[in-house]
Amino acid sequence: MSAESTPRREVVTGVPRRVRPLPRYRTQSEIDEQTALGGAYVRSLMRSQLRAGLTAFTVLAVVVGTLPLVFEALHSAALVWAVLGFAAYPPLTLAAWWYVRRAERNERDFARLVEGRPAQ
Amino acid sequence: MSRTYAVAAVAAVVVATVLVGGFGLRISRTTSDFYVASRTVRPRLNAAAISGEYLSAASFLGIAGLVLVHGPDMLWYPVGYTAGYLVLLVFVAAPLRRSGAYTLPDFAEGRLESRQVRRLVSVFVVAAGWLYLVPQLQGAGLTLKILTGAPGWLGDVLVASVVVIAVAAGGMRSITFVQVFQYWLKLTALLVPAIFLVLAWQSDGQPRVHFDEQLSVFRADHPLYATYGLIVATFLGTMGLPHVVVRFYTSPNGRDARRTTVAVLALIGLFYLLPPVYGALGRLYAPELIHGGDADAAVLLLPERVIGGLGGDLLGALIAGGAFAAFLSTASGLTMAVAGVITQDVLPSRGVRHFRLATVLAMCVPLAGSLMVSRVPVADSVGMAFAVSASSFCPLLVLGIWWRRLTPPGAIAGLLLGGGSAFLSVAITVSGAVRPPGWPHALLAWPAVWSVPVGFLAMVLVSLATPGRIPPGTNAAMSRFHLPEAL
Repeated sequence: MSAESTPRREVVTGVPRRVRPLPRYRTQSEIDEQTALGGAYVRSLMRSQLRAGLTAFTVLAVVVGTLPLVFEALHSAALVWAVLGFAAYPPLTLAAWWYVRRAERNERDFARLVEGRPAQ
Repeated sequence: MSRTYAVAAVAAVVVATVLVGGFGLRISRTTSDFYVASRTVRPRLNAAAISGEYLSAASFLGIAGLVLVHGPDMLWYPVGYTAGYLVLLVFVAAPLRRSGAYTLPDFAEGRLESRQVRRLVSVFVVAAGWLYLVPQLQGAGLTLKILTGAPGWLGDVLVASVVVIAVAAGGMRSITFVQVFQYWLKLTALLVPAIFLVLAWQSDGQPRVHFDEQLSVFRADHPLYATYGLIVATFLGTMGLPHVVVRFYTSPNGRDARRTTVAVLALIGLFYLLPPVYGALGRLYAPELIHGGDADAAVLLLPERVIGGLGGDLLGALIAGGAFAAFLSTASGLTMAVAGVITQDVLPSRGVRHFRLATVLAMCVPLAGSLMVSRVPVADSVGMAFAVSASSFCPLLVLGIWWRRLTPPGAIAGLLLGGGSAFLSVAITVSGAVRPPGWPHALLAWPAVWSVPVGFLAMVLVSLATPGRIPPGTNAAMSRFHLPEAL
């Protein structure tokens, strides 16, 4: 990739989106070169992220899946009103907040792993 | 008298939209600015923009109307509209941003390396966008008719023209500012009158709202099935709506895309506390809307009915302005998304000038549709767009991001069988070929319960049957989707 071997100059327009630093860590170059080991690292991150996502989704699905049946059984308009009109929104935002913290922690742990720093 | 105030409010919103859009035009310099605001929109600003774009005619007028007519079960609509963002957050927000694509067809092509899939996705984006645009325009027509007695088509044409001008001139950057402005306008326009309405209701002796009595109008002969159909469509459909997806590309990185989504959940949750208040008060003070009449008009009529006088007129004008903000913001976001797809996949060469032509094209078809098709309640027709999105884009995004064995033939099969069948069901329902009593109508009017599993199954099974067609770049794509940008 030396500059001397480039046959001719080309004008490239546009703002560079991100300057990618050269790989500083061995693990990082494994990932960049898509070796079997690098692939395993990516898979492990995906697994932990998918687990976080599925946890949040399962809780949501179970609660929401049973609610119409509960409403049907109890036949109380006031209950439907209270739950769907007001009570549903704070838990949704809290669940989202929990997931974001979890996903960012997974990414931090992964970055530590790649950079070879010990877990704190 | 009330006409003058309402017309002034609507005019003010329209002028403000064009002006804020024009402010964006001056700083919209590069192509990247134009399409995705150069990916520099910070979470808080972007969240307000996403919410401003998302709260459509269905949210502003439709929910209150449905609650008024059918009772509190209809509150599943706003809950679903909100919860859709949670599903979007946990499965697609960050990877979608990291995929680095401009639009859904870009994502499909980048992940599956197939022009065919790209073209098919483009067709679905345009179809879903148009389905969603029609009720926005019809809502505008209804609002203007009720407020000023203008002919029904005027509102449709007005919103369509303003959107085409704003979008074609400024593109995404200006739209960001317009949407942020419109979120706060919409919230204010429902919140302030709601406070006065509730005060008036209190001084009226707090009459009780009855939902248990048999006044409720027949909605579906299988209400439980309809509820589940609605839940599946809204929870899974949000992630694929073309105007929602395009906004995630404007985040600086995946982490900010996630944080943006949390803020969106809070902002739209806050907004959705308000429409039910109008629904309940409408039941008390505008009971004639329950049987016949445009229930979507409840929000607009209440201030005059409950408060009356100058105060009622002014509050009514505020609501009218908010309603127009709702039509304009959602319609411009959708037009932006649809026009982006038309520019890249239909018109011959790329460039901003073609984008402007595409904007006109993107708006012409739904405008024609809104003028010709008879009115369906706004929230119901929006629900249909969600069903199509949930059955086509949701499987494509979720499997594309999390499953390495997805193949182009699998994606095509899933899109055609899931999304195609949902689209056909919607078309049959709207055409009126199958009428209410009985299961056939219920299954076609709320297709998501069966069409989403069909879409997922078709994608998985056909992908498994064509293991040789797994795109060679799959592993690289997965690394890009899931690794933090800093690495």
